[in-house]
Amino acid sequence: MKAPDFGYVRPSTLAECLATLNEYGDEAQVLAGGQSLMPLMNFRLAKPGILVDIGGLPELATTRWETDHVVIGALTTHDTIATSDTIREQIPLLSDAAPHVAHVAIRSRGTIGGSIALADPAAEWPACCLALSAEIELASLRGGRRVPADEFFLGLYSTDRQADELVTGIRFPMLDDRRAHTFDEVSRRRGDFAIAGLALSCDLVGPKFKDIRVALLGVGDRPVLARGAMSVLEDAEPSDATTETAIEALSAELRPPDDPMYPPDYRRQVACVLLRRALNKLMG
Amino acid sequence: MTRVFPDLVGAEVPRDRAKRLLAGRGCFVEDISPPRTVHVAFVRSPYPHARIREIVSGAAATAVGVIQVLTASDLEYVVAPWRATHDRFPEMRAPEQIALASDVVRYQGEPIVAVIGTTRTLAEDACELVEIEWEELPQIGDVAAALSPGAPRVHETLDDNLFFETSIASGDAEVALAEADLVVERTFRFHRHTGVSLETRGILADYDPTEQRLTVHQSHQTPHQQQDLYARLLDLPEHKVRVICPDVGGAFGLKHHLYADELVACAAAVLLGRPVKYIADRFESFQSDIHCRDHEVHARMGFTSAGEITGLVIEDRFHAGAYGQYPRSSVAEGNQIIRLTGAPYRLGAYRADLKMAFLNRGILGHIRAVGHPIAATVGEALIDLGARELRSDPIELRRLNYLKDADFPLTSAGGVVFEKLSFDACLNAALSKVDVASFRNEQSELKARGVFRGIGFNTFVELTAIGPEYYGEGGQHISAQETCLLRMEASGQVRAYVGTTDQGQGIDTGIQQVVAAGLGIPLDDVEVISGDSVLSPMGGGSWGSRGAALGGETAWNASQKLRSNLLAMAGFLLQKEPGELDVHEGRVTNPSTGATHMSVSEIARTGHFRPYTFPDDLPTDLTVTARYASRGRLFLAGNGIQVSIVDVDLATGLVQPIRHLVVHDCGRILNPLLVREQIRGGVVQGIGSALYEELYYSEHGGLLTGSLADYLVPMAPEMPDIEVAHVETLTKTSELGAKGAGEAGLAGAVGAILNAVNDALVPTGAILTEVPLSPPRILKAIEKARRP
Amino acid sequence: MTPEPQSHVPISLKVNGELVTAELPVRLNLVDFLRGDLGLTGTHIGCEHGICGACTVLVDGRLTRGCLMLAVQANSTNVETIEGADASGRLMVLQHAFHRSNAIQCGFCTPAMLLSAAELLRVNPRPTRDEIRDWISGNLCRCTGYQAIVDAIIEAAA
Ligand SMILES: Cc1cc2nc3c(=O)[nH]c(=O)nc-3n(C[C@H](O)[C@H](O)[C@H](O)COP(=O)(O)OP(=O)(O)OC[C@H]3O[C@@H](n4cnc5c(N)ncnc54)[C@H](O)[C@@H]3O)c2cc1C
Ligand code: FES
Ligand code: FES
Repeated sequence: MKAPDFGYVRPSTLAECLATLNEYGDEAQVLAGGQSLMPLMNFRLAKPGILVDIGGLPELATTRWETDHVVIGALTTHDTIATSDTIREQIPLLSDAAPHVAHVAIRSRGTIGGSIALADPAAEWPACCLALSAEIELASLRGGRRVPADEFFLGLYSTDRQADELVTGIRFPMLDDRRAHTFDEVSRRRGDFAIAGLALSCDLVGPKFKDIRVALLGVGDRPVLARGAMSVLEDAEPSDATTETAIEALSAELRPPDDPMYPPDYRRQVACVLLRRALNKLMG
Repeated sequence: MTRVFPDLVGAEVPRDRAKRLLAGRGCFVEDISPPRTVHVAFVRSPYPHARIREIVSGAAATAVGVIQVLTASDLEYVVAPWRATHDRFPEMRAPEQIALASDVVRYQGEPIVAVIGTTRTLAEDACELVEIEWEELPQIGDVAAALSPGAPRVHETLDDNLFFETSIASGDAEVALAEADLVVERTFRFHRHTGVSLETRGILADYDPTEQRLTVHQSHQTPHQQQDLYARLLDLPEHKVRVICPDVGGAFGLKHHLYADELVACAAAVLLGRPVKYIADRFESFQSDIHCRDHEVHARMGFTSAGEITGLVIEDRFHAGAYGQYPRSSVAEGNQIIRLTGAPYRLGAYRADLKMAFLNRGILGHIRAVGHPIAATVGEALIDLGARELRSDPIELRRLNYLKDADFPLTSAGGVVFEKLSFDACLNAALSKVDVASFRNEQSELKARGVFRGIGFNTFVELTAIGPEYYGEGGQHISAQETCLLRMEASGQVRAYVGTTDQGQGIDTGIQQVVAAGLGIPLDDVEVISGDSVLSPMGGGSWGSRGAALGGETAWNASQKLRSNLLAMAGFLLQKEPGELDVHEGRVTNPSTGATHMSVSEIARTGHFRPYTFPDDLPTDLTVTARYASRGRLFLAGNGIQVSIVDVDLATGLVQPIRHLVVHDCGRILNPLLVREQIRGGVVQGIGSALYEELYYSEHGGLLTGSLADYLVPMAPEMPDIEVAHVETLTKTSELGAKGAGEAGLAGAVGAILNAVNDALVPTGAILTEVPLSPPRILKAIEKARRP
Repeated sequence: MTPEPQSHVPISLKVNGELVTAELPVRLNLVDFLRGDLGLTGTHIGCEHGICGACTVLVDGRLTRGCLMLAVQANSTNVETIEGADASGRLMVLQHAFHRSNAIQCGFCTPAMLLSAAELLRVNPRPTRDEIRDWISGNLCRCTGYQAIVDAIIEAAA
């Protein structure tokens, strides 16, 4: 299949880009790495009226280091994240998740901003954002704003981003040394979108889990924060009993989608397995 | 006395043609674009069953870049309808098929409107402008529903949905089961999958009305079959139709049929008098390529307490989709299953019933290893189950029941002639590579650490090199006879024109070796030319593992004819008896001393330019043909065994193959390098069938797995390394003694994986009989075993 | 000031070292441009949705899906296809190894497989079998058992 026709705009400044989005609203669609949008267009499942190619805005591909935050530019590729030493040092959860994102030739063009804006429920980055309490930076002619990841993902391929807004970056809190994390997922084949995945981040001070965040992918219409399991674990001492209770809570709170290939019970079970493995790993 | 063949037969020769492909110089259909080429895109049915009330295509016809819009009525006088009959099965139903649906569509993806545009993109744009008013009809998606009384009918002209039924019996199997000490009984489910060649189907048809000449480039396995079909269906003189199969990017059986869309491309070329190209996109491929499998097999096997099989009864419930595939019809997969289940064993009595329905689904047909994986899986899973119940060693149970050397030749319970098979030898070879006792130790150690590893064995019979009696008596115009034409040029170099085709299996190289060896000239002095219905002598192309056994034998015969002419000519020139001469490395030599008398090129030059040198009655033809067709047998049977070792993750249901071994007997091997990777490729497809590949439909009959993101094919990381070993039992029905090798990998892998998974799951009590073994199915089976 | 949406865009890029300029319809993707407009038919199309990898080429030295990039996005880049890589001789060792090991049947996956393999050997000159399998996880080969491909890459690395 061949893509349907559209009008092409390649802004050379952010201002131009925002003006274009402002002018065309819903009719416009941003083209970042194209690794999700192009397949949809090739199948004629996406038919943008105006395609706004942001490839001419290199400033969106930079990483900005603030005092206690790192802002990864929206156009940063999966591959850049996978191979960055500073990211491995500062936000290792992202480095651990990166190899699970697709294949080398897709990681070379696909971007974190595209993944966040698309909000595929089985994608890695949105769940990582939840686990790390990241904020999504948005810009429009109306001004800029930051939306916590918890409030950004609203449903299947649906986010809080307005039609005139551009995702410009993802803002991650810099982590201190006490912070532990783990990422794991289950997929049939290497690089496939996961059946289920889990990103976990917590403080392990003394004998207790503190500020624990458990985010899952593939088990709902959006990336989900496992609030039930988190409240069991928060302030709890790691133990087999804690693990079992957390798993029960997780199992009760998940509502995986109907899918003839992977029935809800199956995804739920995989999510529970991932939580067990993650907690076992943290407990060494 | 067995003939000793020159070393070149059986040598590991890399393929010549590969060099071109490695340099990016391949030439596939899509790469060919003559001037004035136009492109077709299709409007296809979104429904599995619906009536077309009205087609409104005016906007499409006037859209930018559109040359013409075709519907059924435009083709009425251009393309004849067809019926997929098979005279061996006169009771099989074969409703009429036409190129574009006119009133009722019976499967999703059925082509309805063809839009011809200056580019594919513009043709697709115009397709979106075609409006069809539909009346949805009740759709039938499974065999039980289709065959239940009062079910809505797929074809209104038929009184029910029965497509075909037949049975085979040998002895009284019911009595044998009644008298058995143990009967194991299971229902096996094999889900639906498809071939997924990496290059999709494609065709470029060009028509010159001044000469009534149709020239077709097509990604296809059987150029002569297509030539005949296009001539008949388009009412053209056959000798004016040329079908060329250039490089073909994988075929696996899905490219040896007639497809309506491809025929429309030819018809459009005839109507427009210019080249028309149609390349299926991946979405269309999943909907409209031939599908396969989708069987439910109920099976019962009886044993004595000592472990001897007393009888086997199977019933296969299967379907054709909406129509039989043309021209081969769709009965073969079911027929192979009833022929082959339990085939490696002394079965006592046997009975097999096959019942096939019509469904509102895409057409089911012949894809690689037709029926084989199912037959082998059912038989071998039952043996394992029997061993469990009898508390005996599954390997010994196999050995006890295998057909023995002394049993051959025989006609099997399923009615196939087995000349000589080598079950014990293959098993012994496998056991020399896999130490089962130490595996069992490792298995229990691993289990203690929570790793569930299992081993599975799968003995299989492979039916290859189908003889002319099958389609000949069927009334189809499908050649199972091969002809080879050898043309020696003045240089002494040879062109071999053959009717077999090569989609990467490497048969061209195998034939090159046979011809060079047979003539006694260097390998590089032979080029094989295949895949062109004008250049190649009439032949069958490639399907059913026929290249080496039939094409190879034909080439050998031709080489002997030419060689004998060369010797006669040399004898005359040297004034020696032909028996005193040999041809070796392109030279005529003295067989006892090896001394060179003259070169082959000298004979060739003399023959071509100074023919008067030779007396009139000397056979001096430097262009010879030979043909070969087997007689009185439907198949050449080969056999083998596969062993799989897998890990099953009990928490997630994921299966990881760890090790895979194939011991295979295909008679004489022309080129082990080629056979090895051919087998491995088949194994990987078999692992795909066992673990990944499945076409899912919604409850409304809509295909849910219409892309490579949803339909999972095996990729490199999950595949194990695959060891291949050979036993060589030559067939005496030919000089070369070669049998086919293309089905073996796929035939044996599915059951090996299933048995390995069930072995790993022994501690859980779960037994699976449904493939693919998707993780949810595995967890469900474990859960069921836990709470019976 | 918003830029005017374009239906055609002029581009200029290097393809296999040669300067190419063209004015292209914006919806044309890179692989269709390479194959259809430039006649570089060594790059293949197997799915048009990013899975099979047959369309993989190098854009500015990075492995890229030709079906998932607009041709106009290749403006000012350096594109290398199998034709260029073959002519440069840089694939020779791999090509020989693929040939000897019979790591190729129909050859449809082969050009992209070679480019991927060469890129792997550039970043990891001594890969293990598992690393090779992992790296080519986005290159579908439907004919071989992958094993000969892995063997060939190991041989080329040696
Ligand atoms: C074979 C294959 C396998 C894959 N496997 C995985 C996987 O395992 N995990 C995974 O996470 N992803 C996977 N992907 C998707 C890939 O990661 C994509 O790169 C990613 O989802 C989207 O990023 P992109 O830059 O390519 O976005 P695009 O495709 O360009 O855009 C995606 C969507 O986001 C919008 N958008 C993009 N950027 C912005 C922005 N800055 N502001 C506002 N809107 C924007 C677009 O309009 C579009 O709707 C896979 C893709 C393929 C083809
Ligand atoms: S054609 Fe581009 S990945 Fe398949
Ligand atoms: S050789 Fe045919 S797809 Fe790889």
